[in-house]
Amino acid sequence: MALLKVDDLKIHFPIRGGILNRKIDEVRAVDGVSFEVPEGETYGLVGESGSGKTTTGKAIMGLNNITDGEVYFDGNHLNDKKGKKVDVRKDVQMIFQDPYSSLNPRKRVLDIIAEPFRNYEKLTKNEEKKKVQELLERVGIGADSIMKYPHEFSGGQRQRIGVARAIALNPKLIIADEPVSALDVSVQAQVLNFLQDIQKDMNLTLFFIAHDLGVIKHMCDRIGIMYQGRLVEEGLTEDIFNNPQHIYTKRLVAAIPDIDPRRREEHHKFRAQVKEEYQQSFYDYFDESGLAYELKNISDTHKVALPERG
Amino acid sequence: MNQNLLEIKNLSTSFRIGEEYYAAVDDISLDLKENEVLAIVGESGSGKSATAFSVMGLHNRAKIEGEILFKGRDIANLPPSKMNKIRGNEVSMIFQDPLTALNPLMEIGKQIGEVLLLHKKNMSKEERRKYSIELLERVGLPRPDRVVDQFPHELSGGMRQRVIIAIAIANKPELLIADEPTTALDVTIQAQILDLIRELKDDLNSGVILITHDLGVVAEMADRVAVMYAGQIVEIADVESIFVNPQHPYTRSLLSSVPATDHSEDRLHVIQGIVPSLKNLPREGCRFKARIPWIEDAAHEEDPQLHEVSENHFVRCTCYQHFYFKEKSKGEQANGVTES
Repeated sequence: MALLKVDDLKIHFPIRGGILNRKIDEVRAVDGVSFEVPEGETYGLVGESGSGKTTTGKAIMGLNNITDGEVYFDGNHLNDKKGKKVDVRKDVQMIFQDPYSSLNPRKRVLDIIAEPFRNYEKLTKNEEKKKVQELLERVGIGADSIMKYPHEFSGGQRQRIGVARAIALNPKLIIADEPVSALDVSVQAQVLNFLQDIQKDMNLTLFFIAHDLGVIKHMCDRIGIMYQGRLVEEGLTEDIFNNPQHIYTKRLVAAIPDIDPRRREEHHKFRAQVKEEYQQSFYDYFDESGLAYELKNISDTHKVALPERG
Repeated sequence: MNQNLLEIKNLSTSFRIGEEYYAAVDDISLDLKENEVLAIVGESGSGKSATAFSVMGLHNRAKIEGEILFKGRDIANLPPSKMNKIRGNEVSMIFQDPLTALNPLMEIGKQIGEVLLLHKKNMSKEERRKYSIELLERVGLPRPDRVVDQFPHELSGGMRQRVIIAIAIANKPELLIADEPTTALDVTIQAQILDLIRELKDDLNSGVILITHDLGVVAEMADRVAVMYAGQIVEIADVESIFVNPQHPYTRSLLSSVPATDHSEDRLHVIQGIVPSLKNLPREGCRFKARIPWIEDAAHEEDPQLHEVSENHFVRCTCYQHFYFKEKSKGEQANGVTES
């Protein structure tokens, strides 16, 4: 069974206006998204800014109000209005995008990492200190740095402190929202390797939100491509990169810069060709109101939002 | 042979920390021809932006030594009155963050008009507006006659970056410096912006210095590449040599730490240690030595110089001859993209 299951998730933000501040319209940030993430796997959610990927991640964390649809975690219905509220915050943790703003600059590393313990476990000062030191060593930072402040660390180290905080309570699912986009390539490599290590060690499930397809391809087992609040294509990493079907996915894959300058001309031609196809057939892939169609299976693992034909 | 548009000779840019000056850019020499794209690559703190800002004369309190010859004229340490005539006119810059580079309280049209006002004094207000609209159209913004009266917050990130480019090319600069022009943008928009810069370069026949840490962008745009580490150029060559036949340990490490889309190895290469801060830069010997401790000391030069390994391909220090990746045996060394 899938550890995380999202079924027809909708998140609409109201736009208020007029003298009575009534709801006059709404923004459909996420408009009918469904996917499953099996335990121990890495699921990547890709899309441009404004496509609703972060909103989806936050909704799973319980940081956004869900308008409609269901989120199941480990068999528990998370947003059941009638039933008992299930507290899964301990099992679902988040790693944030910017390591410079996600750590409180006025707190010591000890207090930053111990915060989850203080909320969920009753530990003595000494136990707490020992646990924090263990965690720091696990993320490759010397245990003697517990009294330091965030500004004394480099970007990569900070991001690892963020990871230490996220894994403090042995979560089952980690939502990583653009965890490396603020980092240099060499530091990025460090953090990505490290995420893979702890995933293996702790049998973690990773929900990876990013716009860098290189990173996504490197990390993920399955990928969902989001466009304007809906998934337009979903499948195994090989499905998406080797056999993209939706015009938006094709465009996205073609837009990745090619690291080999010898293929530059070829790549430009290919991109121009995809661009032309995109401009010509863009409207064939979306319905009258500009929404993507329902996802349909084209193989066991690969789903695409293609219009009904014949 | 084209004449050099820009020639940087032994440039050092130092910043004062406390009582002392520390060189962030340490004795750099570069040249750029017309219609050429030179990429400067390196991690944050390597001095690539400091180099660009020195050329633009944007450092306020830094000590700048050496020569920056723009069309044969030394523009290093020009007094502000003279530099103002060149900046935004013959030499201009595309900034990294389209969110902060634009004034949020000013209409787009006015912000473009500002550069025109400074450098084309005989233009009337109507002419400026008309020309602004033309520029916005030139950079591919839809409905430029509307955009010209809008404020930055009404535009998306990609549109704002186009406005910044419009401002940069307003006076048809001969030298364009693009400092991480696409870092803040999505891939599809990145591709559009890069296409645009390339097109403009061909139209205006200008030289472009592209500063970035994204090696994919470099592979796509550059004619030549300079790799910087700790304030020095460690390798400089044409783009193919850098990606296919990289020599310096730093270049090779950088290339193997990119999660490339066509060969996905399980582990990415990680460079040991961290980029030293300005104060702690090793000033003697090979600056990359501390990051590759498994290479024996004898491999490094005492005073590392740039060596020409093949035509127009320069590498600093002799350690490249002895370098191998620690994880791999000497036999199966990764060598840039050729392994894919």
